[in-house]
Amino acid sequence: MKILVAISNVPDTTTKIQFSDNDTKFNTAGVTFVINPYDEWYALVRALEIKEAGKAEKVTIIHVGLADSEATIRKGLALGADDAVRVDAEGPDAFFVAEQVANYAKTNGYDLIMAGKETINYNGSSVGALIAGIIDLPFVSLATKLDIEGNKAIIEHEVDGGAQVVECELPLVLSAAKGMAEQRIPNMRGIMAARTKPLSVVAAIGGAPLTSIKSFTLSAGRTTCKMLTEDNLDELVNLLHTEAKVI
Amino acid sequence: MSVLVYTEINKGRVKKASLECVNYAKKIAELTGTTVTAVVNNADLAQLEELGKAGANKILSIKNEKLNTDSIYITAAVEQAANAENSKTIIFAFDITGKSVAPRLSAKLKAGLVAGAVDYPVVNGNTLEVKKNVFSGKATAVYTIHTDVKVISLLPNSFPVVFGANAANVVDFSVDLGAVQSKIVVKELKTNSDGGMVPLPEAELVVSAGRGLKGPEHWGIIEDLAKSLNATTACSRPVADMHWRPHHEHVGQTGVAIRPNLYIAVGISGAIQHLAGVNGSKTIVVINNDKEAPFFKSADYGIIGDAFTIVPKLTEAVKKFKANQN
Ligand SMILES: Cc1cc2nc3c(=O)[nH]c(=O)nc-3n(C[C@H](O)[C@H](O)[C@H](O)COP(=O)(O)OP(=O)(O)OC[C@H]3O[C@@H](n4cnc5c(N)ncnc54)[C@H](O)[C@@H]3O)c2cc1C
Ligand SMILES: Nc1ncnc2c1ncn2[C@@H]1O[C@H](COP(=O)(O)O)[C@@H](O)[C@H]1O
Repeated sequence: MKILVAISNVPDTTTKIQFSDNDTKFNTAGVTFVINPYDEWYALVRALEIKEAGKAEKVTIIHVGLADSEATIRKGLALGADDAVRVDAEGPDAFFVAEQVANYAKTNGYDLIMAGKETINYNGSSVGALIAGIIDLPFVSLATKLDIEGNKAIIEHEVDGGAQVVECELPLVLSAAKGMAEQRIPNMRGIMAARTKPLSVVAAIGGAPLTSIKSFTLSAGRTTCKMLTEDNLDELVNLLHTEAKVI
Repeated sequence: MSVLVYTEINKGRVKKASLECVNYAKKIAELTGTTVTAVVNNADLAQLEELGKAGANKILSIKNEKLNTDSIYITAAVEQAANAENSKTIIFAFDITGKSVAPRLSAKLKAGLVAGAVDYPVVNGNTLEVKKNVFSGKATAVYTIHTDVKVISLLPNSFPVVFGANAANVVDFSVDLGAVQSKIVVKELKTNSDGGMVPLPEAELVVSAGRGLKGPEHWGIIEDLAKSLNATTACSRPVADMHWRPHHEHVGQTGVAIRPNLYIAVGISGAIQHLAGVNGSKTIVVINNDKEAPFFKSADYGIIGDAFTIVPKLTEAVKKFKANQN
């Protein structure tokens, strides 16, 4: 059993967002990039736990991006992934990314493909289901628990108003949400080992992206906060009714 | 050529997010000079009527239990509907179903997808330009969809639902699922004990509390305030991590992203990862005893003081207001 974990390289959650080139590009100057939290804390860590429990032989991480994302990929290796692949292409179009991951997974015979619930930069929540659609595999979204028994996955996942436990034969694709695992910090040995673990770079396949970003706009922040005191809460309720018109 | 919109029934009603999608599809149909066809499974007469009033000109009414088991079946059904209607634009809600089905369909049709649209598209020749939130709400981006067939999912609560007097032409639609093989076997369904509250992603009013509440035993005042407003309760991440509240209440970057009309944050500091999931709210009220709490910078109304005295007083003020309204 081999697991492929798709990881995305995203600006640290505290980043102040800025754009350049006439608001057509994200300005990366001075930005610290990290593995997308869902991919790292939930998908990758759970994949590693499954391997440590002797239920998988290998955990590979795959990333679609340019060379500057290799530090992020190395962090995934430091956490314990066996090897990594970088598909050498830029492009936030989700279909393009999914096509690369799908192609690699199919050619190299992975049994379980794990994505995160969503990236915290493009917030698409799409790549996992796209991969499943492209290879025509079962897809389980928003997995919060995962176990492997033989060639079956037992998964708990979020559904409208609750959760569902499902069983599915491998191969399959899932997206990981909170609950799958606890965050891990790479140790010194892991960091040392990561330096020599295989990181292969492959060329992208496919044609022109189906979508592209034309421009960005920063969301307007809230400008003024009206302060009230605990003695005029009637006034607050009144403002919510007459001014904000929300109650 | 009609704009196709996938809609769902939940707890005996057309989902609010689905009605928003029908409204949205109607606007696109107006922009592109065509009509709206809604697809729905297991709808009764009243529900079909409601879809018509929201703007569907035609409804493909499906009766097929399989559609409730695996999104792979819904994908096939919508694909067949799109073929039957020769639809070039397909709309979903950006909810749990839409997040599985829209991308899967997009992959099958090689149709460009924008997931989580927040505004009406701009038609530009054969392309559509669609705005969506990026960087967890800190910015928006305009995406251009270049393909002939386009898939858009709409972020819930982006628009209020508007009804007209329109009645839809309802057609029974039978889908052929013979070639679709689901491998997913449902073993167990666990329903959240939400005490009859509107689910968080759909809630228009939300009362949320954080570590400032000091312990799960103090949540009674939060629940009372929520009840007085008919709001849904939520919490910050540490609160869910410490099991003071169930995980499905956790909002923020790594939890649920919500955009209610009103978000009341009690004893929450306003960390950037928390804000990422709530800053799309129309109005934010912050109650915190630290005047330096960062949340005040992202609030519309603020009260500095002790939650344990303010919240019960606020509940009383709400009750008084409601009583006067009746
Ligand atoms: C990658 C990443 C992702 C994260 N994702 C999320 C997420 O999705 N959601 C999330 O919430 N957090 C998230 N966090 C955690 C986030 O950074 C904060 O730690 C968290 O939001 C703090 O929760 P809190 O406001 O409840 O607690 P605190 O920060 O401890 O704040 C408690 C507040 O209560 C106030 N207070 C105390 N007593 C009272 C009183 N009696 N009356 C009134 N006010 C009082 C205090 O002044 C303080 O402001 C994430 C962190 C990281 C690194
Ligand atoms: N460039 C990328 N390379 C590899 N995996 C990615 C990339 N972008 C997104 N993913 C995966 O797809 C998931 C969902 O991404 P998104 O659809 O963009 O929200 C992420 O959590 C990752 O697991």
